[in-house]
Amino acid sequence: MDKLQRILDLIAGDPQADRAVPPTGFTARLTFLAAAAMAFLAVFALALSLATGRLADRWSAELAKTSTLRISAPAGQMDAQTAAALSVLETTPGVAEARALDDDEQRALLAPWFGADLPIETLPVPQLIEIIEDGDGFDPTGLRARLQAEVPGAVLDDHTRWREPLVEAASRLRLLGIVSMLLIAGATAAMITLAANAALAANAQVIRVMRLVGAQDIYIARAFVRRFTLRSFLGAAGGTLLGTFAVLLLPRADAAGGFLTGLGFQGWHWLLPLTIPVLAAAVAFFATRAAALRTLQEQS
Amino acid sequence: MIELDNVAYSYGGAELFSSLNLALAPGSFHFLTGPSGAGKTTLLKLCYGALIATGGQVRLFGQDARTLDRDAVALSRRKIGVVHQDCQFLDHLTVAENIALPLTVSGRSVQASDVTDLLGWVGLTQQANQLPPELSGGERQRAALARAVIMSPEVILADEPTGNVDWEMSQRLLALLVELNKMGKTVLIATHDLSLIRTAKSQVSARVLRLKDRKLQLAGADL
Repeated sequence: MDKLQRILDLIAGDPQADRAVPPTGFTARLTFLAAAAMAFLAVFALALSLATGRLADRWSAELAKTSTLRISAPAGQMDAQTAAALSVLETTPGVAEARALDDDEQRALLAPWFGADLPIETLPVPQLIEIIEDGDGFDPTGLRARLQAEVPGAVLDDHTRWREPLVEAASRLRLLGIVSMLLIAGATAAMITLAANAALAANAQVIRVMRLVGAQDIYIARAFVRRFTLRSFLGAAGGTLLGTFAVLLLPRADAAGGFLTGLGFQGWHWLLPLTIPVLAAAVAFFATRAAALRTLQEQS
Repeated sequence: MIELDNVAYSYGGAELFSSLNLALAPGSFHFLTGPSGAGKTTLLKLCYGALIATGGQVRLFGQDARTLDRDAVALSRRKIGVVHQDCQFLDHLTVAENIALPLTVSGRSVQASDVTDLLGWVGLTQQANQLPPELSGGERQRAALARAVIMSPEVILADEPTGNVDWEMSQRLLALLVELNKMGKTVLIATHDLSLIRTAKSQVSARVLRLKDRKLQLAGADL
């Protein structure tokens, strides 16, 4: 309650104390613009982080639901081994559906490399079986052991080697987004510290007079802290609004567009940018307070 | 109230004064005189905690000034009204706001009547809403005096308060300081204006101290 009261007091301010420190146009504009620009960038970093998080989850989930069984066998044994494999799969817990691809489907898969008129029936192409898993999926180790015993020419590909690098890449991108937000917060703190130091230096005479009449350091610091906190909040609110509007204008998620069309926010994530002005104000509060108290100590 | 025991002060390796003793008793009236550069302003700054003595001990209201942190010094300044030769105002605030500044920074509510009464006392009622650069030298000094006493301090320290004003105005300022002393305030005025001291001695029981050759001496009949 005490902290809440102090926050409310900071927002409400003391008009007489605020009047004691004259407004400085240069630092006011610098703080406002820096906070706005950083908030604008933070919205995109947040959108990137959230979008890559979704992408990692989606790739992980989608690839985890399907597997492929490849059967390589002499032409005379192919049908028998395919039937045996399908029989094994039908009795495997976790397999929702197993289906052998027909010639047209296999031709379509090879078409990008060999052309559409490939005489697939004359080539020793392995038979592919698509496996759709149910909710919990199957045990790949157990299935491989059974297939080895009953269908020696079968090779199970559960997509692990595809899925892991993709999920890792998406996770790295998410980390990059988080690091970007931290860097933005750090750069904001640095710029506000510079602006606060400039304001304190410009008001050295004001500080001398306030000290002469009995002002304590925290009182003097508060006048600067409140000003910079509010400027940062308002600047960041403007930057966040513009950033969110820009994200709103990005193309909606589309399968054909891949990753680049899914960069926006989804669902309740649209509320997250609201935290940016609050965080910017918090960064400004602590940066200005530290700068003010340090400068006042140096000037004493 | 304010005591200096065997105080020394050096700056940049040069000793400004040493073995300096002074006790400002409640209700006393002191003049501090001496040639320019003798250290009058430095001595005053030691008395309100703006400087720390390099030797000896300065006690502000019973506390060793060396042990006081900045906040404690700020609190002790609320009991000491300081008038500077250059007044030191905030030029963007009105005269009334400048006079009320000690109340503002101490978190006390500013009663309009307090400021109005003081403006009337120093004869600046008409100038209440002017900015300090619009005032004459004498008006600025009177405003500085009003600001120095608004917290009802126990001690008034004035550094060359009549340095920038004519004789008539210096007499008027002196009259205000004598009036404060008669109200029980302790007053210490640093000045090189001997005529001011002579006039004051006819109105109030004042001790005159001379800072010379790095020592503080009690001045006598030569004044």
